[in-house]
Amino acid sequence: MKAVCWHGTHDVRVENVPEPKILNHQDAVVKVTLTAICGSDLHLYDGCIPTMEKGDILGHEFMGEVVEVGRDVRNLKKGDRVVVPFTICCGRCFYCQKGMWSLCDNTNPNAALCEKVYGSTSAGLFGYSHLYGGFAGGQAQYARVPFADVGPIKVPEGLRDDQVLFLSDIFPTGYMAAENCNIQPGDTIAVFGCGPVGQFAIRSAYMLGAERVIALDHIGARLELARKGGADVVDFSGVDVVDKLKELTGGRGPDACIDAVGMEAHGMTIDALYDRARQAVRLETDRPHVLRQAIQACRKGGTVSIPGVYGGFIDKFPIGAAFAKGLTLKMGQTHVPKYLQPLMERIQRGDIDPSFLITHRLTIDDAASGYRTFRYDQEECIKVVMQPS
Amino acid sequence: MQVITHRKHAVNITQAEGIASAIGGGLLAAAGLQKRSAAGLALAMIGGDLLRRGITGHSFAYEMIGIRTAPLGQGAETTSVPYELGIRVDRSITIAKPRSEVYRFWRNLSNLPRFMNNVVSVTQNGNQSHWVVEAPRGRTVEWDAVIHNEIENELIAWRSLAGGQVANAGSVIFTDAPGGRGCQVRVELQYNPPAGTLGAVVALLFGKEPGQQIQEDLHRLKKLLETGEVITVEGQSSGRVQCLPYDREVQVASEASFPASDAPAYNP
Repeated sequence: MKAVCWHGTHDVRVENVPEPKILNHQDAVVKVTLTAICGSDLHLYDGCIPTMEKGDILGHEFMGEVVEVGRDVRNLKKGDRVVVPFTICCGRCFYCQKGMWSLCDNTNPNAALCEKVYGSTSAGLFGYSHLYGGFAGGQAQYARVPFADVGPIKVPEGLRDDQVLFLSDIFPTGYMAAENCNIQPGDTIAVFGCGPVGQFAIRSAYMLGAERVIALDHIGARLELARKGGADVVDFSGVDVVDKLKELTGGRGPDACIDAVGMEAHGMTIDALYDRARQAVRLETDRPHVLRQAIQACRKGGTVSIPGVYGGFIDKFPIGAAFAKGLTLKMGQTHVPKYLQPLMERIQRGDIDPSFLITHRLTIDDAASGYRTFRYDQEECIKVVMQPS
Repeated sequence: MQVITHRKHAVNITQAEGIASAIGGGLLAAAGLQKRSAAGLALAMIGGDLLRRGITGHSFAYEMIGIRTAPLGQGAETTSVPYELGIRVDRSITIAKPRSEVYRFWRNLSNLPRFMNNVVSVTQNGNQSHWVVEAPRGRTVEWDAVIHNEIENELIAWRSLAGGQVANAGSVIFTDAPGGRGCQVRVELQYNPPAGTLGAVVALLFGKEPGQQIQEDLHRLKKLLETGEVITVEGQSSGRVQCLPYDREVQVASEASFPASDAPAYNP
């Protein structure tokens, strides 16, 4: 079968690899009908995530048709059309039982390595490094899905693939980012970064009752899409973001800030250049420029919600400001299964049609150019989906 | 919990060896001091340490490589790993299952190879059992063990019997986790590898550090009991010409792919 394989920084290739097999009794194999490139795949593309290996199959946003189920699978059968969450969850451990699905104890075959690096293991993820289990991803014609009874959700009749695909990651991720803000009536939410997760965070914040959303980016097309989602937009080029946000909120600052950018922030200030230099010589692994601004801008007692991915260490973290203002920081991989049913219902009701995000529709053969476009042509490209035919 | 803060250095050489060591060391020290040179001083220091070794009866070199020539003394017949020898491992894990269920699973020793990766087989015969375990470079080691203390749903304590290839002893302690969170399993294990501690250092070079091995075994036990299977990626597809066994892949990965990139190109 065809699969998109990682071969190093800025080097992904479509290769012919063996088709996946059932490896555990609770596995299913899915024939992928639609898959997408995620912003967090760009962290892999840029070589910022450790423990990737040449030949690893990429992709954690995918859906398709069940073609094979293992002996112990009960809820799925051949022919079912499913969306697969990017987090692999056992459904039985303390964390799954408490709804903290992405912290699952039992789905990372490499738990001991993860424990050494981060102190504890997290759920295994599709196509996202050996630290997260080394699972083959879904940018392929077929994918093996462990614990198939737990994660995947069946797609109701009448919904297109491109309407439901983003339930696999970015829609729940944007939604959880907004939910983490604990939005109260009258609240203003600032969303840093208007990529796919930022776009869903904007719309989710309104669904959860925000009075106003202020979206920040420096790319015109993305700001335009944010405006369509109802946000007031700020182009941060040449602007003091913290001053601007204070000015727009009567001097209070936003009630909550969402960092939908993460470890590869493209700032234009002194501290951003400092991070870039430190990262270039390996003194720092992540660039926390947006995180600093979010903490500085947020109102006293507010929340900074971090859906953007961080992987290592940061420098000059303004813990003093966070402490002085009594901020709450909420972060982590998305607990996808928790959100599947409610968000599927919202799509069915027509509250939102997630396909608004798609700018590029390719076949999997063009994956390499898809990665390049998403990485370098951000004015043009917001979301790439690929058909694996 | 008992915490040992001061390690007592026990006598680990025979009396005859001690006398020889003291006399030889004394002569060497005297000769070295007479030379009044740097080399002489070094000789004197070596002699001094031999003298100390003779008087105290404790050899640090023996301790390091896991040798003991002194008689084992009182209680030796029920001691598998003599004092100051071997390697100690303490690990624990919480399993979201009732204590009795976890205990029962472990007490059926033939279950152990299902989650202990390097254990080939455990054959149970009453209170005694025969163990076959993988050793570095494709060999196996074997020993017989006896469960010498057992409290249902609380404790299993074992020690190996004389004549085995690896002397070991330890206990598994089962307690309730607070707030109905299941069962805490604690493993306390002391073992004396074939060539003493030096052998363990060699094992480290060829395989896993023992604490790490036990930790991974406990993770597998948890997965098995909580989910009914141990999730694996062995045998999955990839764009590699030949898929390596999973364990090896990760060791290769740590060399080749830890923060791998230059900082991404700036995209204004």
